[in-house]
Amino acid sequence: MSFQALLFYALSALLLTGAGLVVSVRNPVHAALSLVLCFFASAGLWLLLEAEFLAITLVLVYVGAVMVLFLFVVMMLDINVTRMREGFIRFLPLGTVVAVLSAAFMILVVSGPYFGLEAMPAPPAKAADYSNTAELGRQLYTTYVYPFEIAAVVLLVAIVAAITLTLRRRPNTRFQEPSLQVQVRRADRVRLVSMSAEERK
Amino acid sequence: MSFVMPNFLPAVPEMFVLGMASVILLLDPFLSERARNVTYLLAQATLVVALLLTLALTGEGTVVTFSGTFVTDPLANLLKVSVYIATFAVFLYGKAYLQARNIYKGEFFVLALFAVLGMMVLISAHSLLTLYLGLELMSLALYAMVGFQRDNGVASEAAMKYFVLGAMASAMLLYGMSMVYGVTGSLDLSEIRTAISASSEYGVVLSFGLLFLLIGVAFKLGAVPFHMWIPDVYHGAPTAVVVFVSSAPKLAAFAMLMRLLVDGLGGLAEEWSSVLALLAVLSMALGNVVAIAQTNLKRLLAYSGISHIGFLLMGVVAANGSGYSSALFYSLTYLLMTLGGFGLILIMSRSGFEADQINDYRGLHSRNPWLALMVLMLFFSMAGVPPFLGFWAKLAVIQAVVQVDMVWLAIVAVVFSVIGAFYYLRVVKVAYFDAPEVDTPIAPPADQHWLLSANGLAVLALGLFPSWLMALCAAAIPG
Repeated sequence: MSFQALLFYALSALLLTGAGLVVSVRNPVHAALSLVLCFFASAGLWLLLEAEFLAITLVLVYVGAVMVLFLFVVMMLDINVTRMREGFIRFLPLGTVVAVLSAAFMILVVSGPYFGLEAMPAPPAKAADYSNTAELGRQLYTTYVYPFEIAAVVLLVAIVAAITLTLRRRPNTRFQEPSLQVQVRRADRVRLVSMSAEERK
Repeated sequence: MSFVMPNFLPAVPEMFVLGMASVILLLDPFLSERARNVTYLLAQATLVVALLLTLALTGEGTVVTFSGTFVTDPLANLLKVSVYIATFAVFLYGKAYLQARNIYKGEFFVLALFAVLGMMVLISAHSLLTLYLGLELMSLALYAMVGFQRDNGVASEAAMKYFVLGAMASAMLLYGMSMVYGVTGSLDLSEIRTAISASSEYGVVLSFGLLFLLIGVAFKLGAVPFHMWIPDVYHGAPTAVVVFVSSAPKLAAFAMLMRLLVDGLGGLAEEWSSVLALLAVLSMALGNVVAIAQTNLKRLLAYSGISHIGFLLMGVVAANGSGYSSALFYSLTYLLMTLGGFGLILIMSRSGFEADQINDYRGLHSRNPWLALMVLMLFFSMAGVPPFLGFWAKLAVIQAVVQVDMVWLAIVAVVFSVIGAFYYLRVVKVAYFDAPEVDTPIAPPADQHWLLSANGLAVLALGLFPSWLMALCAAAIPG
């Protein structure tokens, strides 16, 4: 077995173990951390495919940004694990059927003659000074410029939608303003009223 | 790798709508509440100018540009023009409703314009990539619009359901696309078509890919058994959003069906035609039967919409030029009728009163005879009573399937349209023959009243002279 094959099997085993842990561990924080492991393993697989830019982006974006945010959310929410597992037995038969069916689909599709090494031979390795990143950038801004711009608009819409659905101004909410509290003067709070003395009866 | 500078001209309407949506997005925060009409007028002007731009470019014929990711052809032009007109009507119908509920906000118009942009991208898609991006752009904006009324629990629930099920459908679609890409090695629809016709040994992978694509498309169209979101979303969302969700996006979904199945996987017509026939029968059956039990007019129109999608799919089942043009004709007819149906609910509603129960229309004839006449025309058309437009649309799709010797499907369609006539006629009966609960006459705002009148009369006029619209649809479908 070549070194590359060894690496491939090691990373794949790591990826599958991580994915299994994501759905099987009880603690949601551990599940999120297992997902991080999955991302690292798949980044390694991409490196094997000579897609170094995608591998680094996967680690930077998913591990660095998305999963950290995800961990924060998981830690802040008080997730009741027992309540989440209530329907487990009830939905188990349906879930098993769906899982078996999808696994059968996958095996049928991937194991057929269409995706083997004969159908898709490995492309020749690029020279050492070949820049994956530059080529991706060139493709994105030439051949795929239209989809690229549309993807940018999708992100803009996501921002607009998120702000529309969450930002709310509540004019009736009471809150403290320390600067005003400090500046308050006696005349603002106390009104001296001069009254004529009343006769005691 | 050589790169040819793309021809930007065919995409000018898209660029214009994107530019204007961004301008409105930036301008709106600086407007006071009283000046919100400026946003409204700008949004309407955007649609009108986009319409003129698209019409000006119709002479170009079929052009594929942006490295094969974008196409403009007669079908794209006709569908885009219909989307602009539908959205224009949606804004006009919905204005008073939004004002009365304190959701007359700039975001509504901005999100709707972005959804229109998504539909345009989808309609003009010539690769799996742009098809998916257009769909997501449209759907994201629609999810947010459904949940727009945040204080309304039912609307938020509807938005959540729509979002989760929509994400599932997108995942299915992507899965199917990945299989098609895997075996054909291309994202370009015409290259996929050539690859499929060149070789017949893709077999099982392509069939699975096709199946997942069909699930995704059926969800967006709302065909049974992927219709679960429709009644809840139509019921829960603000009516001004429902009129949008039920009209223009269906045209975009029809375009997606045509692009994927006809332009891309035309070589597999035998396989997808039988699946679509099944979806059509199920949609017509469930839509028409369940609609009978509804007391809520929005839910009734939701189930009626599901059955209309069944009829529309019948035209595609025929898998030939006249079948496609009959399906296109049906989709435009459906657009007019759904706009009118929900426009009526919008006109009848006022602050604190949704007018979404069928009983709210009791004795409409004595309260406003003209509105009652519009109800009669629209619902007769939906039921397929001649001489209204709906009759010709149903006739066209039934003819299309009879021509390809699928008489059983035609019989099923006729039986279910007779069953469906019951609940449409019940609404007309309630409006004409039941005693009203209150006698106050209804005085809708003038602009909406004109629009509904135009909408109802269009159903009648196009029904009397259907050949013009039919010729337009036939010209839009090559071959």
